[in-house]
Amino acid sequence: MRELSLHIMDLTENSIRAGSTLIEIEIAESRSKDLMTIKIKDNGCGMDKEFLKDVISPFKTTRTTRKVGLGLSLFQTACQRCEGSFRIRSKPGIGTEVEGSFKWSHIDRAPLGDIASTLALLISGNPGIEFVYRHTTDEGTYILDSRELKQILEDVAVNNPLVVDWIKKNVKEGLKDINGGV
Amino acid sequence: MKSIEELKKIKEKVKEMTWLRQGDKKATKIVVGMGTCGIAAGARQVMTAIMDELKKRNKTDVIVTQTGCIGFCKYEPLIDVITPDGEKITYVNLTPEMAREIVIKHIINGQAITEWTVKNF
Repeated sequence: MRELSLHIMDLTENSIRAGSTLIEIEIAESRSKDLMTIKIKDNGCGMDKEFLKDVISPFKTTRTTRKVGLGLSLFQTACQRCEGSFRIRSKPGIGTEVEGSFKWSHIDRAPLGDIASTLALLISGNPGIEFVYRHTTDEGTYILDSRELKQILEDVAVNNPLVVDWIKKNVKEGLKDINGGV
Repeated sequence: MKSIEELKKIKEKVKEMTWLRQGDKKATKIVVGMGTCGIAAGARQVMTAIMDELKKRNKTDVIVTQTGCIGFCKYEPLIDVITPDGEKITYVNLTPEMAREIVIKHIINGQAITEWTVKNF
């Protein structure tokens, strides 16, 4: 994957398939600590200990359920390549939390990329699921909560092209604000 | 926040127009493969291009959705175009530019681009 936002999209697809109704995506970037952390937490069906034990293995995919495949192992490799760490926690019936970190300045760390498109497509492509995106840098925090959007939109569909466009712009502007206007 | 105001304006604007909703039988459906394979091959860019082209051309009776891996990983990014009469055409090995052309030629003008369908691979 060329962008971290593609990993995020991919891992979130796991959460969607696990029947989640709320998916929280958290990114913490700290230049002073030279650290970037990505966390995806869902309230989906979760996995039991037996499944979790070797869930990272690319060969763990069960074709009938398609719960996990290459996605997790690709993400783990990306973290480890950048002197970071990777962790997955899950409880059946409660949900799953995937967390990966990267050395911010590591030469192999992929850029976050087009996270605005990722979020716009996730929210519009899954109108029945709520997404919370929280992005923190040394300068501030940007939050996008699909529940708030839906409250404002009332009966207007969140996958309306004009709304999708708004989401994209809002994310772009929001991230600019917490990245020194760049 | 100013942009929240913008969203409210969009809401008012949209309410005045008629849009089809998910599950509407009269709508053409575009399904984008969004498994790990699809995403790695560029499915997000393809889906973004489709949404953008539909918006540009004011095409309001098309529903764009996602699906997981369907086993055709080699042919990703791929999309299914499903017309209201149930006919399904699968386009494979797409780029964002090709996706835009499919919207124009197939979705708007009703002419499928047979060279890009799965039969030719």
